[in-house]
Amino acid sequence: MAYQPPRQGLAAQIIDVAVLLVMTVGALYLPLYLGLAGAAKNPQPIDNPTWEALGQNAAEQAQWQALGITDPAAANDIITARFDYSFSWAALIIMAVLVIGYFVLVVRLSDKEYREVIDERFGGQ
Amino acid sequence: MTVTSVPSGAPIPGTAGQGQRLQLLRVLGPGHVWALGVGIVLVGEYMGWNFSVGKGGMIAGLVACWLAGLLYTCVAMIDSEVTSTVAAAGGQYAQAKHIVGPLMAFNVGLFLVMAYTMLEAANAITIGFLLDTVAGLQGHEGLNQQPFIILTVMFLAWLNYRGVLATLTFNLVITAIAFLAIIILFVAVQLGASAVPLEFSAVTTDPLPYGWLGIIAALHFGLWYYLGIEGTCQAAEEVRSPARSLPYGTMAGIMTLLIAATLTWYVCSGLIPWEYLGQAGTPLFDAARVTGSTPLMVLLFVGTIFSTLASANGCINDASRAWFSMGRDRYLPIWFGAVHPKYRTPYRSIVFLVPIALIFALGAPLDQVVTFSILSGLLGYTFMTFNMVMFRRKWPLGTIKRGYVHPFHPLPAILLLAICSATYFAVLLGYGSQLISMMCFYILASLWFHFWRYRFVRRGDQFTMPWPRPIGY
Repeated sequence: MAYQPPRQGLAAQIIDVAVLLVMTVGALYLPLYLGLAGAAKNPQPIDNPTWEALGQNAAEQAQWQALGITDPAAANDIITARFDYSFSWAALIIMAVLVIGYFVLVVRLSDKEYREVIDERFGGQ
Repeated sequence: MTVTSVPSGAPIPGTAGQGQRLQLLRVLGPGHVWALGVGIVLVGEYMGWNFSVGKGGMIAGLVACWLAGLLYTCVAMIDSEVTSTVAAAGGQYAQAKHIVGPLMAFNVGLFLVMAYTMLEAANAITIGFLLDTVAGLQGHEGLNQQPFIILTVMFLAWLNYRGVLATLTFNLVITAIAFLAIIILFVAVQLGASAVPLEFSAVTTDPLPYGWLGIIAALHFGLWYYLGIEGTCQAAEEVRSPARSLPYGTMAGIMTLLIAATLTWYVCSGLIPWEYLGQAGTPLFDAARVTGSTPLMVLLFVGTIFSTLASANGCINDASRAWFSMGRDRYLPIWFGAVHPKYRTPYRSIVFLVPIALIFALGAPLDQVVTFSILSGLLGYTFMTFNMVMFRRKWPLGTIKRGYVHPFHPLPAILLLAICSATYFAVLLGYGSQLISMMCFYILASLWFHFWRYRFVRRGDQFTMPWPRPIGY
């Protein structure tokens, strides 16, 4: 016999949407709001910057000027900023476990649900 | 063709109750499919891709562009086979439902909604930023960007609310203009229209500022060149001939984007110092500024505005279709599964997603929003790898009618998985906390669905294709 799902009232539907919204905004927006997210690009400005000291040749200097940056001091932070790519193996392992674990979890639970779907759709065929 | 209504066993509140389900209109051709795919993605040439140069340098940016192109070629090949066979609204969502199972489908639906909604937010941010930049050039510093961001999202949501044909015809026109603007900039610069010459000395003097690690790191934003091309599948229920239009439109789209991405890298890397390019908000417009040519500046301003509008427009279209499909299947409250009685659009889903896009457009930096979109896309591409393998195992060639069969299986799936793995590592380099928070979100959402929401789902309705029983079940 086909599975008959329970009826869901309007209030319960609203609660379900609210739960999803809270999860979305909570997981994605909260780290931003708390300043925990983001790639730190650290400027390492040099003293008394000149275009030459910043490694910019004549053509590049013309490009900076065309972009409205005529003073090398104004470009100092942009040119010297670098990402920090040092990472720990622990972080890499945590990431791998999370990603692989997530897909294993979803595929296994999906398979359980899928068997119910196939049984109901095809019956004893 | 205009489909009015068909019998259904699952009436949807707001549209039915009369035992019938309104359907989406089948009015789109291959040109619209191309416009939907390229329209969503072309903005990737106008903003965002250049952060890959910031993460790895000029050479890394180019390698990332081509590696990501390879990844998306695999995506387009796989998608063309599966979607031309599972032609239903929701694209990859409908594929997951028929091939892996309901929970996977719920997750894929969320990937699509998050990727497109965040991309929509990124587009709105870019429009605000560009208008602020142009206002500054005209001597009006400190323009308030927020009203323009809100106006953009609201206008496009209204357009989507009114009908898919008008929406995607609008996209077709403005996407073509935005693509043409890139070609014109490239040709004009080659013909010497720039006051400042192309300069590639950084390729030899500072080729890899972060070493080889920079190439992997750059892959993160390299995806942005093409992210969203798989959105062509969302229109599966609204194209006149899915088996022909979807593979044709998708493959033509990826070829268009490969050309546009390479031209964009060439012009921008030659005209803008890589350190500036790596953090620029509107790189193609900046390249036009460097040429000193007012007509080129105006053209690239228009191109940037049009590409962001086209992208946001396509994103609203796709995200709402995915949300609508989940509502219709009761993965979400069924209230979202309603079709507008007059315009035949998933109007409740369109309206519901507007505030979510605005929360991120108004409150998060561009690179963070882009990263959220990329991560959801990346999870979706990972899904495609094992989905393709399961599809061929459960229904081997010859057992069901396929609109298109992609060659060299399982090579594209293996290659796709390898590039996806490298890209996860690339995201970890610099944006690890976003990756972890996003994974936590999807794990929590999965548990919520399996242990609570799934009870409202009709089991047998989750398999609607006229296929034989899958092998092994």
